[in-house]
Amino acid sequence: MDIFTASLWGITGAAFIAALVKDKQKTFNSIKMARGMMKNMIGEIVGILFLIGLILTFIPPEVIKNILGESNLFISTVISALVGSITLIPAFVAFPLVGSFVDAGASIVPAVAFLTTLTMVGIVTFPLEKQEFGLKFAAIRNALSFVFALIIALTMGVIM
Amino acid sequence: MKNLIKRYKFFIVTVIIMSIIFLIDFNVGKKALSIVGYSFKEMLLVIPPIFVLLGLLDVWVPRETMIKYMGEGSGIKGVALAIILGSAAAGPLYGAFPIAAVFMKKGVKFSNILIFIGAWSTTKIPMFLFELSSLGTKFAITRLLIDIPGIIIIAYILLRFVTKEEINELYKNAENL
Repeated sequence: MDIFTASLWGITGAAFIAALVKDKQKTFNSIKMARGMMKNMIGEIVGILFLIGLILTFIPPEVIKNILGESNLFISTVISALVGSITLIPAFVAFPLVGSFVDAGASIVPAVAFLTTLTMVGIVTFPLEKQEFGLKFAAIRNALSFVFALIIALTMGVIM
Repeated sequence: MKNLIKRYKFFIVTVIIMSIIFLIDFNVGKKALSIVGYSFKEMLLVIPPIFVLLGLLDVWVPRETMIKYMGEGSGIKGVALAIILGSAAAGPLYGAFPIAAVFMKKGVKFSNILIFIGAWSTTKIPMFLFELSSLGTKFAITRLLIDIPGIIIIAYILLRFVTKEEINELYKNAENL
């Protein structure tokens, strides 16, 4: 457990106890509300986890490495951005992977495109986003983020 | 029963696909399942506290307070708070959506919610630390400095695409949480 997750639990625990001391009934109501929300979303979330497992099985880190190193910069940037959009890799896997690659002298443009869409664009989490915000919103947000990821990647390429 | 299927249809479909893969190639299925196991652990670590905090926020923090700090007229303070809250959060992007819903219920300005989601997705501190160590200070800081205006611009462009009625509809749905 990293320090951020640990402090999330710490803060939650402290807030919960403080609330309990202040007003038992009100706090129980809040738990009931939390449970209701969780019930609504847990099916989607577990589905997302299964989907992540499936996608990462078919697009393992080695494949991503090959794409990042594609010799045509334009093609590798766009495909890297696409791969970043459909995968959801934990940070401690993604950053060292990209890091080893940039260290080896590869262009940073596809690397940044991949890192940015990895977190900004979520094809896998789309069902959940749609449920909360509606189809139109989720589609536009993801499309916009994709375009911006490319812009951010190009800007990085120019600056660095 | 019908409701149950409707609610869990996405989950059911993924389980069916997973089972088919197991039937075709047991080893591939096992590999997929071990990745699922890892993500599952990640989820169990962040989702329960997020929802408990949300419940507490909903019951204990008055709407007026949230409006004052992040609602209409909260100005730059609201934007800054949205970025800080999103960046300090733990957990994958799917954790941000329920929080956004409660924020709507509490009267947080829509643009601030969009910035919050953007910050959650790109400027998260735990991720930034990983980036620092694997790609170096210059790379990480440059990307962060490009990302912050980026998420604000995305939020305001997104705002132009969504009509007032659609936003009102979203806020009304959030009321029923």
